[in-house]
Amino acid sequence: MTEPLLSLRQLDAGYGDFQALFNVSFDIATGSVTALIGANGAGKSTLLRAIVGLVRAKPQMVRYCGEPIGGLSPDRIARRGVALVPEGRRLFRSLSVEENLVIGGECGRPGPWSLKAVYSLFPVLRERRRNPGTALSGGQQQMVAIGRALMSNPELILFDEISLGLAPVVIKDIYAALPAIIATGVSAVIVEQDVTRALGIAHRFVCLQEGKVSLQGDPAAVGRHDITAAYFGM
Amino acid sequence: MDWVNAIAQGILLGGLYALFAAGLSLIFGVMRLVNIAHGDLIVAAAYLALTIVQITGLHPFAAAIIVVPLMALFGYILQRLLLNPTLGKDFLSPLLVTFGLSVILQNGLLAGFTADSRRLSAGAIETASFDIMPGLTLGALPLLMFVVAVAVIAGLEVIFSRTSLGRAFRATSDDAEIAQLMALDHHHVYGLAMALSAGIVAIAGIFLAIRTNFDPASGPARLIFGFEAVIIGGLGNLWGTLAGGVVLGVSQTLGAQISPGWQLLAGHLVFFLVLGLRPRGLFPRMD
Repeated sequence: MTEPLLSLRQLDAGYGDFQALFNVSFDIATGSVTALIGANGAGKSTLLRAIVGLVRAKPQMVRYCGEPIGGLSPDRIARRGVALVPEGRRLFRSLSVEENLVIGGECGRPGPWSLKAVYSLFPVLRERRRNPGTALSGGQQQMVAIGRALMSNPELILFDEISLGLAPVVIKDIYAALPAIIATGVSAVIVEQDVTRALGIAHRFVCLQEGKVSLQGDPAAVGRHDITAAYFGM
Repeated sequence: MDWVNAIAQGILLGGLYALFAAGLSLIFGVMRLVNIAHGDLIVAAAYLALTIVQITGLHPFAAAIIVVPLMALFGYILQRLLLNPTLGKDFLSPLLVTFGLSVILQNGLLAGFTADSRRLSAGAIETASFDIMPGLTLGALPLLMFVVAVAVIAGLEVIFSRTSLGRAFRATSDDAEIAQLMALDHHHVYGLAMALSAGIVAIAGIFLAIRTNFDPASGPARLIFGFEAVIIGGLGNLWGTLAGGVVLGVSQTLGAQISPGWQLLAGHLVFFLVLGLRPRGLFPRMD
């Protein structure tokens, strides 16, 4: 069996005295899409933040391409090809749309994604490229945030609350773009409130409950009843 | 005619104040750090220039080729070793650390150079002047200082708006956490911002040393002028900082026109007036 792209081993993480994750272990295979589901406060965002280095973890708890990356600084982890589309977009407000995209590519990793590629994925961004990032609609801002992450040509892209606060029609547009992104060979983790939508696109799912993995597996093989039980802790 | 002359001299003096302020404005903009030691760094740069001129016999302006990179290097190391660890915790710790640095610099300079006031001689340029019209003569040195100040501000604007370093500065200023995910090491970015600030400090220090006598205790007054220029101009706006320096300079020369004792007081009064009427400065850009 080939080495997983990312493997979490007994990951404990939190903020100060507050522990948000307990003994979390799972693998992400190269080229796979993983849905990370769970109720509010289950630790989904903390898990993504621990992977990108914004929350401290011990070296062996996070292994990427076989190497321990837990505890590395976020900029080093980013250089290795892990990108995050953060919750709430968090665009740089004093940068234009194009600058937000360009700064995403600052690490200089080679790959299929460039300004041109991002603009052909989201044509509306080309028209608005001179605007400040924050002058756009929520959906367009999410496109910029996704484009910014893609510009680093990541091997693993993490989407935190990909559709939170967006209009249904915009969510459809965002999801329509995902297959084209995944087709380039990038692995993805998607955190999403809409469990059905997330499971529909994922190869695997991991359900968190109160900081622990309550269930994981193949969405097609596990019954909805079991997932609901793992989600709510019933 | 005296009043026109006073205004013209004040504008040029504003250039020097803008040089004092530009580095202060820059690092506040990038990392919200208020550097209490900024004035003392200017004076330290003046002593460094003095030492280099004494050793090498170079003209003070030529010495800038050595002083600017040395100060920039010192700024980078200072940021990485001393200031970065204090950032992000609370507002007070960087303030206290730079205050401590200010005390150390003043006493270090006192121990090394005594309390005697010193001066750098720039030769003929100090007395050269241009007669613009009867009654209005502009000195070559103040004119040069003003031109350099405009060039420094324009250069900073170009760096901020056109280069990848400037993008990194703005992104880190907007959201340091997310900037790290763009493969930017914010400690390094802050180091570069302080290096740039210290490079400008070096230029300001050389002009200070040529223009007036200075001694180890001269720093705090320069800090005050720099602060006032930044606040009058508006936080986060580099051209505003130049305007703030000019407003301060003109206030001082007009005050001196009324009575020599009014020079500094008039500057401070105008500063308070701006603070009272427009607390965010004349041209604020930052929230």
